[in-house]
Amino acid sequence: MSAAVEITAIEKRYGDTVSLRSASLSVRPGEFMTLVGPSGCGKSTLLRIIAGLAPQTSGEIAIGGEPVDHLPPKARDVAMVFQSYALYPHMTVAENIATPLRMRELPRGARLPLIGRLWPGVGERRARIREAVGRAAAMVEIDGLLARRPATLSGGQRQRVALARAIVRHPRVFLMDEPLSNLDARLRVAMRGEITALHRKLGATFIYVTHDQVEAMTMSSRVAVMMDGGIVQCASPAELYADPRDLRVARFIGSPEINVLPIDALVAANVGFAPLAAEWKGAAHAAFRPEALSLVADAPGLAVACRVERVEGLGHETLVFLRTEAGGHPLTARLPVGAFALFSGDSALAHLTPDDVLLFDGAGQRLDRRHVTPTGGYAHG
Amino acid sequence: MSALRSPYRFRPGQLLAHLVLLFLAFLFLFPFYVLLVTSVRTPQELFTPDFHWLPVEFTGLRYYIQSVTHSPVLTFMKNGVVVCAGILIVQLLTAIPCAYALAKYEFRGRDLLFATVLFCLTVPIQAPALPLYLGLNAMGALDSYFAMMAPFFLSVFAIFLFRQTFKSYPDEIIQAARLDGMSESAILWTIVVPASLPAIAAFAVFSVTAHWNDLYWPLIVVRSNELMTPPLGLAYFTDVESGENYGALMATAAILTAPLMLGFLMAQRHFIRGITTMGLK
Repeated sequence: MSAAVEITAIEKRYGDTVSLRSASLSVRPGEFMTLVGPSGCGKSTLLRIIAGLAPQTSGEIAIGGEPVDHLPPKARDVAMVFQSYALYPHMTVAENIATPLRMRELPRGARLPLIGRLWPGVGERRARIREAVGRAAAMVEIDGLLARRPATLSGGQRQRVALARAIVRHPRVFLMDEPLSNLDARLRVAMRGEITALHRKLGATFIYVTHDQVEAMTMSSRVAVMMDGGIVQCASPAELYADPRDLRVARFIGSPEINVLPIDALVAANVGFAPLAAEWKGAAHAAFRPEALSLVADAPGLAVACRVERVEGLGHETLVFLRTEAGGHPLTARLPVGAFALFSGDSALAHLTPDDVLLFDGAGQRLDRRHVTPTGGYAHG
Repeated sequence: MSALRSPYRFRPGQLLAHLVLLFLAFLFLFPFYVLLVTSVRTPQELFTPDFHWLPVEFTGLRYYIQSVTHSPVLTFMKNGVVVCAGILIVQLLTAIPCAYALAKYEFRGRDLLFATVLFCLTVPIQAPALPLYLGLNAMGALDSYFAMMAPFFLSVFAIFLFRQTFKSYPDEIIQAARLDGMSESAILWTIVVPASLPAIAAFAVFSVTAHWNDLYWPLIVVRSNELMTPPLGLAYFTDVESGENYGALMATAAILTAPLMLGFLMAQRHFIRGITTMGLK
């Protein structure tokens, strides 16, 4: 039912432009793997290569342990859900969902329009297809819409039809290309839950492409972050957030964005960081999450003098946008709501515990020294 | 203030636009009106110095009956249908796959091929007429339906038009169909073509009108009376049979134009339906 997908050193070039460079990834059977990255990072291209819709320049794809590079899309036993839903506009919902089964189960003659109905000896198979269509439609709750045409459906309903068309033939791998990005915000949250529920119910391997880090973090077993045509890091959502291996990943995951300061700026803000900076050999950037900053007067850690630029109350939390007094670097603090009143223009001391600092070298690579203590010693993270 | 309150279509600018349109419509419809009115009055009325909007002596269907019984107008019409249908069917069967390949496949030389198509759009039929005639003569195919149809089997205009239409068809639906297991020809004929019916209907109108009304090519390759298409037949009929009988002549002309008129009205309804049901992403 579910299968592993092994992606080995995939490269894709269009003339001189390189769209994918040596992308490798192992997707475990039954896993919900999300490919996330900014637009143009090659994630959709990789998905199309897995589906067989676009040929790779070099590298290999294996599904269930078997190389599939020589197989056309229909022989790979994968189903795909597209961003634009890609429903057949002139067919009813039922016909749309039935299409993949009709192509597999019915002989060529029986698929002809009009006269195909008269084809002998396939009545039982037709009944089976109707039943399967009914089951798939029920699974995504569109059984009432089977006779309608896609044009008369809302975006959410069309998305469900597209899902049903993928479900109906029980593929080993589901490929989803930004399936929620054409939906409005409320519906997107609801469909997020439904797709993960579907994944649990079907137990099949899902490869899900999105540029939305919230989708990636909330839905996936593991997330592969793609940048500039390569996979930068593949890990569980929690690990990506706490332990990013690359500055680009650290910046991409998490909202509001992670704070990044050059080490010099940190030292300039509080000389207390100077002995630490000496310990942090090779580090160029210090990064810390907005929740690592505390504006409480007696909070632990070293203080950084800041000026408040803007305060955003979100109800359950408050975001404070700061600028350091020394150097004017932007910082963001995430605070529990209502502890104090701050206004733009105020001065504030932001306290930072060195333990919460992630270090990156000049090329943006993470340095494995997470647990740094104020006394200067550090442990490997 | 009052100008703002008056409905949009009664404003002076709108009235002027309608006057201009009415004048142009009159200009284009007047000859057709003369044709119809001449077919229901005596030929003598045509040569009186004053113009009457309605027949002085109404002859009813007399000239129409004369036309159908005394001239091979029905044969001309049948020939027109055979030639136009034959040309259109082959044009569609060849142009649709060509256009689809040019629109959706990537292969070496595609842009060159398309440039060739554009280039061929600029070549009038008169240019290759002589080689075509000699070729048909060498085959012994002159004076046949085939001779009338063959030069038009491949329509670069159709390839160009359909290529533009297919190009705008969403790639994702084609990719979904590939994943669903459809063959490339099934995708073309059962997914892309149904969505392109408005363009196909538009082309059909162009093609049928052009070949129904074509006098030049049938005049060159056909000699037998029983193979003559409507315009050729009409020209022949004028010369030989009717001479002075303008009533019958106009009745014949009216009969021969009627199918085109009806066909166009029907296709026009289809355009509107096609356009209103499109727009689905």
